[in-house]
Amino acid sequence: MLNNITMGQYYPVDSKVHRLDPRIKLILTIVFIVAVFLAKTFVGYALLLIFVYCAARMANVPFKMLLRGLKPLRLILILTFLLNLFFTTGETVWVEFWIIRITKEGFLQALFYSLRLAFLVVGTSLLTLTTSPVALSDAIEILLSPLKKIHFPAHELAMMMTIALRFIPTLLEETDKIMKAQMARGADFESGNLISRAKAMVPLLVPLFVSAFRRASDLAMAMESRCYHGGEGRTRLRVLKLSRNDGIACLVMAGLLALIILERNLL
Amino acid sequence: MQSDTRVRLDNVTYTYEEGAAPALSEVSAEIEPGEFVAVLGHNGSGKSTMAKLLNALYTPTEGTVLVCGYDTKNEEYVWEIRQRAGMIFQNPDNQIVATVVKEDVAFGLENLGVPTDEMIPRIEMALKAVRMSKYADTAPHMLSGGQKQRVAIAGILAMEPSVIIADEATAMLDPSGRKEVLETMRRLNRQKGITVIWITHFMEEAAQADRVLVVTDGRIRLSGKPADVFDQVDAMKEMHLDVPHMTALAGELRAAGMPLRNGILTVDELAEEVERLCPLKQST
Amino acid sequence: MPIEAIHLTHCYSEGSAFRTVALDDVSFKIDDGEFVGIIGHTGSGKSTLVQHLNGLLKPSSGQVLIDGEDLNGEHVNRRALRQRIGLVFQYPEYQLFEETVAKDIAFGPKNQGLSAEEIDERVHYAMECVHLDYEKYAEKSPFELSGGQMRRAAIAGVLAMRPSVLILDEPTAGLDPKGRDRVLSMLEDLHAREHVTTLMVSHSMDDIARLATRLIVMSEGKIAAQGTPREIFAQEDMMTSIGLDVPDVTRLCRVLREKGYDLPADLYQPDELKEYLLRLWKEAKTC
Repeated sequence: MLNNITMGQYYPVDSKVHRLDPRIKLILTIVFIVAVFLAKTFVGYALLLIFVYCAARMANVPFKMLLRGLKPLRLILILTFLLNLFFTTGETVWVEFWIIRITKEGFLQALFYSLRLAFLVVGTSLLTLTTSPVALSDAIEILLSPLKKIHFPAHELAMMMTIALRFIPTLLEETDKIMKAQMARGADFESGNLISRAKAMVPLLVPLFVSAFRRASDLAMAMESRCYHGGEGRTRLRVLKLSRNDGIACLVMAGLLALIILERNLL
Repeated sequence: MQSDTRVRLDNVTYTYEEGAAPALSEVSAEIEPGEFVAVLGHNGSGKSTMAKLLNALYTPTEGTVLVCGYDTKNEEYVWEIRQRAGMIFQNPDNQIVATVVKEDVAFGLENLGVPTDEMIPRIEMALKAVRMSKYADTAPHMLSGGQKQRVAIAGILAMEPSVIIADEATAMLDPSGRKEVLETMRRLNRQKGITVIWITHFMEEAAQADRVLVVTDGRIRLSGKPADVFDQVDAMKEMHLDVPHMTALAGELRAAGMPLRNGILTVDELAEEVERLCPLKQST
Repeated sequence: MPIEAIHLTHCYSEGSAFRTVALDDVSFKIDDGEFVGIIGHTGSGKSTLVQHLNGLLKPSSGQVLIDGEDLNGEHVNRRALRQRIGLVFQYPEYQLFEETVAKDIAFGPKNQGLSAEEIDERVHYAMECVHLDYEKYAEKSPFELSGGQMRRAAIAGVLAMRPSVLILDEPTAGLDPKGRDRVLSMLEDLHAREHVTTLMVSHSMDDIARLATRLIVMSEGKIAAQGTPREIFAQEDMMTSIGLDVPDVTRLCRVLREKGYDLPADLYQPDELKEYLLRLWKEAKTC
């Protein structure tokens, strides 16, 4: 169970995309999301698709893996499509029977809204597949650091994220152990209705919480003992440096955005 | 102040809560640079409290703790003290902060504001010293308990301490993990001259120290070389502490009249004494 | 209630590149009332084995028979069977969760569907077994207890289910000498009084030597040896080759034998050695 848990789905291969500065990737993902919302016609969505496909290729990420990220959203995508299909008012009616009314506008809107959702998911998947959680946390810390001036705890936030990431596998192991121990005492986590199953979680959650608090207390002491005193005066082992490829990536994304805006206004 | 790497407790008393019995009472001890001192005692004997006083995690209710010349009560010097006297803790997991070994070793250096270029060789040196270099890029949850503790030691080592305090660092490890960690600390003590204060309840570990302090009910009851301390089998038993099996056996044999020498700790030592007292008959 | 393992094999991550064989063709039989020690290096499969014996893990192949019934058989009520086997994990105090010690100990009996009176009886019984004073501790929060007391409270939680077989995984791990002694004495008493079949997984040769009448030695998923402590400890080379120690007493015997003394090869109790050495000395004196 623990072989592939690194939170999210970081895909640890090497590629030009993997090696891009995580801050750039984060910013570009946000720009991509803006582009997704701006796209208006088939041309726009085609541009987005081409971009995503090329990015996946450059990242050595199998396109199939990218699409797999959509699987958990199957239901929402179908729902979005159907709701927009049936309930959008439009003029060119295609099908009409009983109370169902499908129009051309409705169909297009359903299609585009679903595609939009899909692109949002795929775009952020690209980010998490090519950027390790720790790199992301670094990027967030640096990007938010100007906010320190208004006392926003950027460093503390990043530290919390790193520690949480570090302990996820450990806590998962512990959950497994506690579950087994309680099952050995006759606890049943599987059968019963929603309420009884929720109650059955107490013997699992209480020890887990108690243990998590104890860990936090121990860890705090260990950190203090290693001279941790907040973000002031701290240096970093991992230093992020921008490279030429980062500039190229920004140009490409700017180009995509420009094309989408053109498409939006001209078509 | 720089060259003074002694650790001294002067009549130290520590009480957790007002009105409660003190965890440590009027404890005095001096630890010389380069010594490997074991602090032996039960859970609740006060030994862990002593460890935390030495690292300025606690300050004494009464008395003074001097670490490398700095008074722990002086808040200004807390970071100097903690850089010179590093501590590793009992739970191997709950002292590792980062998601990758070499970054955890860097943690202390980052806190001290060491420039990045300087950090890298220090991290390498530390990992080499604990023999974990090939795990530099491994995630901590993939390591065994003994390996995790060695990473913790590396994290302290990178900060270039004069003293390392190990607070029951082997209590949660299996026998091979315990051996690994103790061997690492003994090697660091011998090769780098780092003073080691080894808090434990395992007498086999205490038997390997230069000096043993036995703590019960917040006081130091016995102090001296392991052989001398463990020989006082009855006193140890009264304190519900173990003595090495060979020491206990030697004590019983002595009580039955066999004139074995004092200070027997190991199998070989007892075997030699048996040879001496019961020489094999030479065939003529 | 005999337990039998027949060609037990367990593979993790079957069918992937990460396949590891945790248990390899393990077979043994445990009779009613025995106190069996399971020893082996970390990673030898001890914990995996123990989780098979109460059905928490299913074998990849082979069988586990409890009282002749296949634990993983088709028409078996596994939950009922599982409750007759009490399994105490390592660091069991981490499973404590209730508001009071009594309630926590009652968790097992409650899951067994016992009446309120029966549950109360079981809680009293279990606390007595582990030498925790009912009057003093029953209404306390388990988190107020000391480490050793929490350990015993957790063990009581399993004892309260009155299992026919008690399996303990490293019951003395992390305890100081006093705590260890308490737990071991408690197990000794329990076994002597109730003859509960007991299996103890341990790293400590001393603990094993004190309590077990038979040993199963595991190494790399296989059974390396089975026998009485006497027989097993005499095989010092085999033990060292699989990464295990023998008790100091046994090692002393070996050293003395190498020096030429005529010692029986299977001494492992300190008292026996003491007698022998005193006799040796008396003889030497009279020469």
